Amino acid sequence: MAEKFDAIVVGAGPSGNAAAYTLAKSGLKVLQLERGEYPGSKNVQGAILYADALERIIPDFREDAPLERHIIEQRMWVLDDASFIGSHYRSDDFNKPPHNRYTIIRAQFDKWFSQKAQEAGVLLICETTVTDLIMDGTQVIGVRTDRLGGSIYADVVILADGVNSMLARKAGFRPELNPGDVALAVKEIHFMPEETIASRFNVSGDAGVVIEMIGKITKGMMGTGFLYTNKESLTIGVGCMLSDFKKQKISPNRLLEEMKSHPSIRPLIEGGEMKEYAAHLIPEGGYKAIPRIYGEGWLIAGDSGMFVNAVHREGSNLAMTTGRIAAETVIELAAQGKACSTKNLAAYRAKLDQSFVMKDMKKYQNLPDILHRNPQFLTTYPELLNQAAHIMLKVDGVDKKSKEKQIRSNFAHRRSLFGLVGDAYKMWRAFE
Amino acid sequence: MSTAAKVEEKLFQNRYKVDAGRPHISIKNPDLCAHDCDAQQCAVCCPAGCYTTEGNGRIVLITDGCLECGTCRVICDDHRNVEWEYPRGGYGILFKFG
Repeated sequence: MAEKFDAIVVGAGPSGNAAAYTLAKSGLKVLQLERGEYPGSKNVQGAILYADALERIIPDFREDAPLERHIIEQRMWVLDDASFIGSHYRSDDFNKPPHNRYTIIRAQFDKWFSQKAQEAGVLLICETTVTDLIMDGTQVIGVRTDRLGGSIYADVVILADGVNSMLARKAGFRPELNPGDVALAVKEIHFMPEETIASRFNVSGDAGVVIEMIGKITKGMMGTGFLYTNKESLTIGVGCMLSDFKKQKISPNRLLEEMKSHPSIRPLIEGGEMKEYAAHLIPEGGYKAIPRIYGEGWLIAGDSGMFVNAVHREGSNLAMTTGRIAAETVIELAAQGKACSTKNLAAYRAKLDQSFVMKDMKKYQNLPDILHRNPQFLTTYPELLNQAAHIMLKVDGVDKKSKEKQIRSNFAHRRSLFGLVGDAYKMWRAFE
Repeated sequence: MSTAAKVEEKLFQNRYKVDAGRPHISIKNPDLCAHDCDAQQCAVCCPAGCYTTEGNGRIVLITDGCLECGTCRVICDDHRNVEWEYPRGGYGILFKFG
């Protein structure tokens, strides 16, 4: 007779580790399966760690977690071909511990998080791909893997297997991903001396900067670019909706190359040694793309459940939070001696509805559609804004009143008065 | 480094454990790509350049540099002609930094 566990967690990313850790802490017998050589070796993120979500799981994580830099400055750039206009927010309050967010390197961070889960009692088996869920009618009762030979059983299986979630799809829990519901991001890591980063980004010690970018760098596709400072490296990347990549037939690698050569970006990364190139899908379909997340003997957490707030660039915190809440739901049922049935696991969804996770997902539910149908927000407006700044700031003997007139006429010419009013309304609707 | 690095040069920086002779992705019906797919978007949008178009219109897939993102499978939504699985446990891309 095969061994039976209280819970099996598939995947050792933020949601899987949060779930496994929480379950094991409460004394449940947990098996966690990871297909990579070690936790993190298959995982890709920008990456920003939001402290709050992890604090609720491991309050003293700062003592030994591998953190790169705490963020004291956020830059938002709107780029034209040769220029950018932007806002910077920097505050010394962000320099005071406990820090609110950090850059991290996922291969190191996930390994650390997994170590914590193992110390809590989780049995982790790596280099093992889960190939199928074992069903008894409609109930999930275990998993089959490509390594262990035979089957492993559990009262509940938590799918934290990432955006592609082959398992949920094979089992029919959710349909294939739609190209309009995922973004493809590519990124590189460039190493350079700490002093170079400190002087280029005007920071000292462990303080860091993040730059988020929109505009011409995405060639009319809906997406964003980013540049994050790590301790001794920079992460630079760009992500756009896969449906846009498909429609416009743009090579993601070339898109990143062109972004890196932008005159405002190139000097920041110059001289760095590129040590890794990665790509990843980000589930950005929003609230309407969330599939069924629980059923008879199963729960879905993290990217696999499409839990990403694209507007605020949040994902790993939603992954940790959904992983934790999935585990807490299972723990409560176990304590009451109740089965992990569809009816009982509905508590998971109810808890998420009450949390910031679903509230935020709901708030922006119309945004993906609006941006899809209105690409001008990411193409025409960045150009117009940069033009406006250029006209106002260039001293050339033209009086300011004429310059304002020129700017107004540029806007009206490109979008018409009705277009401008309509766009303002659409943005208000999307964010209200 | 050149400002327009080719994707092959970039992949050279990555660490892989290739499962020789057992590609985890395959094209279900190669004739369909050659004759019925005008877009052939996989040849453009795969971030690792695993798909190339040959002169006769056929698509050649070499999965050794695959980053396991899933783009090729999701983007082939008109034909669903990509058979996509994860590599066997321990094989494939091994991110050093991720």
